[in-house]
Amino acid sequence: MRKKNLLLWISATLVYLFLYLPLVLVVVFSFNDSKLNAEWVGFTWKWYGKLLHNREMLTAAMNSLIIATVSAGVATILGTLAGMAMSQCRLRLLQFLVLSPIAMPDILMGVSLLLLFIMVNMTLGLLSIMLAHITFCIGFVALSVQARMSSMDPALVEAARDLGASPWRCFRDITLPLLIPGILAGALMAFTLSIDDFVITFFTAGVGSSTLPLQIYSMVKIAVTPEVNAVSTLLMLLTLVVITTASRLSPAIFRGE
Amino acid sequence: MVLFYAVMEITALLEIVDVSRHFDDFVALDKVSLRIEAGEFFTLLGPSGCGKTTLLRLLAGFDQPDGGDILLEGKSIISSPPEQRPLHTIFQNYALFPHMTVAENIAFPLRMAGITKKDIQFRVAEALENVRLPDKVRHYPDALSGGQKQRIAIARALVNRPRLLLLDEPLSALDAKLREQMQIELINLQKDIGITFVYVTHDQGEALALSHRIAVMDQGRIVQVDVPERLYGFPNSRFVADFIGKCNLLEGYVHEQQGDSVTVELDGLGMVHVCRSETKCVAGSRCALTLRPEKIRIAANVSPTGDESHFSGSVHDMLYLGDVTVYIVALSNGLLLEALLANSSSGRTNFFEVGDFVEVAWSCDAGHLVLE
Repeated sequence: MRKKNLLLWISATLVYLFLYLPLVLVVVFSFNDSKLNAEWVGFTWKWYGKLLHNREMLTAAMNSLIIATVSAGVATILGTLAGMAMSQCRLRLLQFLVLSPIAMPDILMGVSLLLLFIMVNMTLGLLSIMLAHITFCIGFVALSVQARMSSMDPALVEAARDLGASPWRCFRDITLPLLIPGILAGALMAFTLSIDDFVITFFTAGVGSSTLPLQIYSMVKIAVTPEVNAVSTLLMLLTLVVITTASRLSPAIFRGE
Repeated sequence: MVLFYAVMEITALLEIVDVSRHFDDFVALDKVSLRIEAGEFFTLLGPSGCGKTTLLRLLAGFDQPDGGDILLEGKSIISSPPEQRPLHTIFQNYALFPHMTVAENIAFPLRMAGITKKDIQFRVAEALENVRLPDKVRHYPDALSGGQKQRIAIARALVNRPRLLLLDEPLSALDAKLREQMQIELINLQKDIGITFVYVTHDQGEALALSHRIAVMDQGRIVQVDVPERLYGFPNSRFVADFIGKCNLLEGYVHEQQGDSVTVELDGLGMVHVCRSETKCVAGSRCALTLRPEKIRIAANVSPTGDESHFSGSVHDMLYLGDVTVYIVALSNGLLLEALLANSSSGRTNFFEVGDFVEVAWSCDAGHLVLE
């Protein structure tokens, strides 16, 4: 028994090391007072300071925030409607249509969206990235809203109608308030997915519309500088906060219910 | 005279005319017709799947019938959406809005009706007073017990005085003690406010205790509509006799009928005499004698009077239930008959043991004949 436990502990530790060591290294070296990611020299905030003066980086960060906010916003509205429809109508095709962009390989989504934008003669830029992000975010919001919706007692809607609420009042006063946690969780997920996305953004971005992940990639092509570590750490922190908030709001979807 | 009849027509508060509802191949309701009077406590009773809940949902407007009409005070309500029908529903699981406080829940129907804030406040307070929960105003439904939720649901449904209250097995989620207490509260409430109740349940005891009239349903049809005493004493079919209370069904043939006096040949038992029969039967037709356990006398030696039928047998099984003991008596032909003895005398409660030789007897008007 003890031996079994020990083995379990060792294997678990190894797995978690494998998962988290790279991330820990990025965070640690973002505070390292050396240009090389080789040995620990001393603690410093200076790479974070340098970030603030890197105009390209700031523009990219700004782009990322705008794109993530707008796409998460639009995807939340559309995804909420899709999620409600999915839980109410039993048509399998609808599930398939809404959710398949989630399962599609990013590279395929990227290429196909690029082809579409070229076909309709659209200039690649913030707008094309937003459209692309909205496309793949809708499914996630819809999933989150659907999970919330299916845990809702259908008698509540009937009770509201029975007590004199029109379909619209019923949606506004009963359904929507009860769906809020699911909608918010979906919105936050959409936000992190958008801000982190590289592949699809890579295909749909134009000149001067670089986002944070694209900017990091172009910097890494030269060398993994401590500055890259610093911006990665910040991105990680943002994602972590948003995802934690989302999972607090709607535990069900993160438990795969 | 014409005017008088016109008035008579209007007194039926709710009229259900030939209402049918099919779900694919399944017939949930088959041409159901009912008249429910104003002020009645009317119960739809039947086993699960008999169509009682389907009918209630049609009345509430959550579902549409495939045929027939529903009239409220003489006007068809079939095409009105639920929010425009002057009736409210009490749901099985109460359906209180979890994101609203008790006060907000009760205020909801008033708010939807466009009543001013000041009036709402006053009427919510009044409603809470009526259900004796004035201190729960700021609580959320999650913080209430089952019985309290029940009362809030009733307060919410009654606060804007509907013409009709539909109740869908409202007591099924409560434990036995609380259920009995709520039954008494429901009876008193209905009597006090005088609003017509249409109550759905599968619990025959509850139906007998609460209702003015009961409609027994089976497989989408109404089998019998009557007051509780008639339904229990004079069921019109084997189904109703068996479904309402406990009942012994003795199969046989009608041998002879003279007025309200019938001779029946029971299978394997022989002739019995039934007097004051209300059943119109033809000699030679199949029938069943329904006998309630409490109407059967059981003794070591029954010494029957002139108008009693009696048979001998032995105790096959017995169930001690506290207030009464149920004896299952095996008659000479193997038929099992259920009889009751009240344990009302002090001291010894077991009159017989399993295997004891006993006699049973019932008077000629104890049984009731059913043909269907």
